[in-house]
Amino acid sequence: MTNIDPGTLLFAAIFTNNILLTNFLGLCPYIGISKNLRSATGLGLAVVFVMTCSTGLNHLIYYRVLVPFDLTHFQYIIFIIVIAAFVQLVEMTIERYFPALYQLLGIFLPLITVNCAILGASLFMVIREYSLIQSLAYGAGSGIGWLLAISAVGAIREKIQKTNVLPKGLEGPGITLLITGILSLAFMAFSGMVQVQ
Amino acid sequence: MARKTAARQIMLEGLWQENPILRHTLGICSTLAVTNLLVNTLVMNIGLIFTLTMSCTTVSLLRNLTPLRIRMMVQTLIISSYVIIFDIVIKAYLPDISEALGPYVGLIITNCIIMGRCEAFARSNRAWPSFLDGLAVGIGFSLVLFGVAFVRELLGFGSLFGYLVMPETFTPWTIMIMPPGAFFTLGIYVWLVRSFAGSAEPERLKM
Repeated sequence: MTNIDPGTLLFAAIFTNNILLTNFLGLCPYIGISKNLRSATGLGLAVVFVMTCSTGLNHLIYYRVLVPFDLTHFQYIIFIIVIAAFVQLVEMTIERYFPALYQLLGIFLPLITVNCAILGASLFMVIREYSLIQSLAYGAGSGIGWLLAISAVGAIREKIQKTNVLPKGLEGPGITLLITGILSLAFMAFSGMVQVQ
Repeated sequence: MARKTAARQIMLEGLWQENPILRHTLGICSTLAVTNLLVNTLVMNIGLIFTLTMSCTTVSLLRNLTPLRIRMMVQTLIISSYVIIFDIVIKAYLPDISEALGPYVGLIITNCIIMGRCEAFARSNRAWPSFLDGLAVGIGFSLVLFGVAFVRELLGFGSLFGYLVMPETFTPWTIMIMPPGAFFTLGIYVWLVRSFAGSAEPERLKM
C-alpha cells in the first residue's frame, strides 16, 4: 500500500478513484455552485490549490507532531484548523499581491473551508498511510478530479438551462444528481486501468 | 400552551418544510457514501443527530459569550469535539462498523447542515428551541437517507439489515451498491418529493 508510484496515484485519484464521483465528497458546493461553467471552474481551481497544499501540510503535522506526541485522536480538530488557517492566509496573500487572481477565486475561498473533500483527502491520506510525496500527488489528483467533475456538470447545466424540457420537480438539485450519476457511470469505465486503494 | 405550539412548529419545520436534503440539498456529502447498507446508515445517522443536537445546544448556550467575528471558528471547534467523542465511542463499542465507515465519521464535521443550523437557528435562539431544532432537522435528514439506503440495500444485495428478504431467483442489481446507484436514487427521490410537494427553493439560498 505504501509503495505506489506517485504518478500512478495522481492518475488514479483523477480518474478511477475520483473523490467526488466515487467517494461522494464535496457534494454541497458541487450542487450549489455548478450553475455555470465560469464559476464552476473558478471554484475547482481554488480547490486544486488548497487541496494539494493542505494535504501536504497535514501530512507533515500528523507525522511530525501528532504521532510523536500521541495526539492522533485530535486529528479532526487539528486538520480543520490547519485548513481554515491556510485558506485565510491564501486569501489575504492573493488579495494583496494578485488582485486579478483574487477577482477569479476570491469569493470561493471562504467556501472551501467547509468543503468536505479537502478534509476527506487529509483523512484518506492518514488511513492509507501515504508518504509525503504520495500525499501531494493524491491531493493534487483529487483536486484535479474534482475540478474535472464540477466543470463537466457546470457546462452541462448551462446547456440545460437554455432548453425548456425539464419537469418542474427535476429542476436544480434533482437533475444535477441524475447527471452526476451518469458521469459517475462514465468514470467507472476507467476503473480497469489502475487498481489503487 | 403557546410554548407547546412553538415546539411543535419547530419540529414540523425541521422534519418537512426545512428538510435539509429535500429542500436545500445540503449535507449529503459525508452521509450518502454509507447508504449502501442500512446498518452503516443507522450508525452514521445516530452520529449525525447526536452531533447536530449537542452542537446546536452548545452554540446556543454560548451565544452571548462568543465574539461575532470568530464565531465560525468557535462553532467548528464545538462540532469537532462532539464528533471526536462519537468517533471514540464507536471505535470502542462497534469496531467493525467503525472500520467500514472509515473517514466518513470525521467528515461529519464538515457536514454543512450542522454549521447551517448553528448559524441560522442556534446562534439567535435559546437552548431548548435549538435542541429541538437540531433534533428535528437531524431526524428529517436521517429519514431521507434511510429511504435511500432501503432502496439501495434491497435492490443491491436483496437484503434488509443483512437479512435476505428477496426470493432466491432475484438477481442483485450491482449498480445500486456502486456510487452511481446512490446518485440516481437520491436524484429520483428529490424529483418525486419536489413534484408532489411543489416546493420552490427558498430565494435566499439561490446562488
